[in-house]
Amino acid sequence: MRLWRTSPATYLALVVGIALSVFPIYWMFVVATRSNDVVNDLPPPLLPGGELGANVERVFANEHAAFAYGLVNSLVVASVVTFAVVIFSTLAGFAFAKLRFRGSNALLLLVIGTMMVPVQLGLIPLYMLMVRLGWNGELKAVVGPSLVCGFGVFMIRQYAVQAVSDELVEAARVDGCSTFRIYLSVVLPALRPAIAVLALLTFMQSWNDFLWPYAVLDADTPTVQLSLSLLATAYYTDYAQVFAATALATVPLLVVFVVFGRQIIGGIMEGAVKS
Amino acid sequence: MTIDSMPAVRTGEPPAPSGSPAPVRPERPTWRTRLTRADMRYSPYLFVAPFFVVFAIFGVFPLVYTGWVSLHDWHLIGDHTFVGLANYVELFADPDFWNAVANTFGIFLIATIPQLLVALMIANLLNRALRARTMFRMGVLVPTVTSVAAVGVVFGQLFARDVGLVNYLLTSIGIERIDWQADRLSSWIAIATMVDWRWTGYNALILLGAMQAIPRDLYDAASVDGAKPWQQFWRITVPLLRPTLVFVVIVATIGGLQLFTEPVIFGFGRMQGGTLGQFQTITMYMYENAFQRFQYGYGSAIAWTLFAMVVVISLLNVAVVRRMVRGAR
Repeated sequence: MRLWRTSPATYLALVVGIALSVFPIYWMFVVATRSNDVVNDLPPPLLPGGELGANVERVFANEHAAFAYGLVNSLVVASVVTFAVVIFSTLAGFAFAKLRFRGSNALLLLVIGTMMVPVQLGLIPLYMLMVRLGWNGELKAVVGPSLVCGFGVFMIRQYAVQAVSDELVEAARVDGCSTFRIYLSVVLPALRPAIAVLALLTFMQSWNDFLWPYAVLDADTPTVQLSLSLLATAYYTDYAQVFAATALATVPLLVVFVVFGRQIIGGIMEGAVKS
Repeated sequence: MTIDSMPAVRTGEPPAPSGSPAPVRPERPTWRTRLTRADMRYSPYLFVAPFFVVFAIFGVFPLVYTGWVSLHDWHLIGDHTFVGLANYVELFADPDFWNAVANTFGIFLIATIPQLLVALMIANLLNRALRARTMFRMGVLVPTVTSVAAVGVVFGQLFARDVGLVNYLLTSIGIERIDWQADRLSSWIAIATMVDWRWTGYNALILLGAMQAIPRDLYDAASVDGAKPWQQFWRITVPLLRPTLVFVVIVATIGGLQLFTEPVIFGFGRMQGGTLGQFQTITMYMYENAFQRFQYGYGSAIAWTLFAMVVVISLLNVAVVRRMVRGAR
């Protein structure tokens, strides 16, 4: 027996909810494909037009925003950060899940504690640190603080508890494998689904990061979000151009989301069951 | 000789080739055993060390150092004098700071309460036998994928005074158009809408995950006793979701107290948050002081005060964290 009957009203409510959640994104594409004089019409246009190419061209031609550079920079930053987070999280997550060592419980609690600490409140000294290192204005200043993430360690640890079989680890040890060898040939393969989810979430977060890049980078080395905000704040009446840029900055993530949506949803919901 | 070689055979080592130098044999296993033992003993620490080292440099150090800087009159880098708690004294008497605190909490409240109620509702709708289940879930989650900056841009247009869609809809049903940026309440509502649009679906999925873990027989028993679906929802589902709800609330609080990007882009990149600071948040005020007026000491005092607020609320979280750990065992 089902708990709640799935009535047409259920579907109607869900469709309305989804319309509300999709509409702003749809609207972004509508404006991105229109020219400015049409966008400001009342009633506003609700269907896409044919100006996307022209608008995109204007975005890339806009030297003030360095949009192409921003896209490349974000790709580099997000890739490096994702790689590092996956490595560090799987190393630590495996250790917490499967290795016995003194202080492991206390250290795990510390990891969870770091999830609660708003790191961006250290903005000012972090900026000073980057100035001292001579990293300000450079991409490594953005990469550095994102290299580790408590959430990643915790998530991998939770997954590894069940997914990595103790027998396999033991067998590998008896065969004379070192712990690192076990990590490479037993643990990493078993963790693949969790790694995929972590990588996706990390990539998205890094791609969308704003406050810290905004503080530490200059206008001539932007990430894509900085380019976008430069455009949005300097040309805010030129909706067609700004929205075309917004669409460009959003499309890569939407593609990732459409392809891997199922895994991402699974990751979010599983996290809930365990908490 | 025979007795000596027997244990070696039993542990699976091949018998020593005749003529091998006797003193070497006992040493090789010891060296290997020692190595294995060291590996078992120290590897775990090497595995967790990278996380803690990097976090210490880029997470802990800046946070602690913020406290030190906040005790100084610290202007441009390197140029500073110790002033004790003067920055805090000044801060607590600073009406602009309290304005930012009021804005931050105000936006947080009008964002979070509807957000949780709607998220509960959506989760409840999704917790049924649905066709195209994945499509519905993805539809709900898609705003979370969008960047904050993009949300700021799109909603900035939607809430524009003259050409915005929201005002168009309002005027078409006979309501006066609203200058969303001009007033305190209207700008709060616009910003809260951005926050809610982005996070409601995400929270709905977290709640859905927890709902699906509730044993079905609880509901069966309640139906037998004649409880209506509505009563079942409030008497069974919501109470059992409490740990997850607390978790969601605390995460929303930590994020909400640091609100920055949405109001900045809504205000066209200016840190003042509107002509009268009607939507300047605490983080914006910190940014303005540190990075635009170069008052690092004062900015750090704001950061630490905000940090203290977050800690007080996070302390509530200890119970939830314990649950997370215990649940994992």
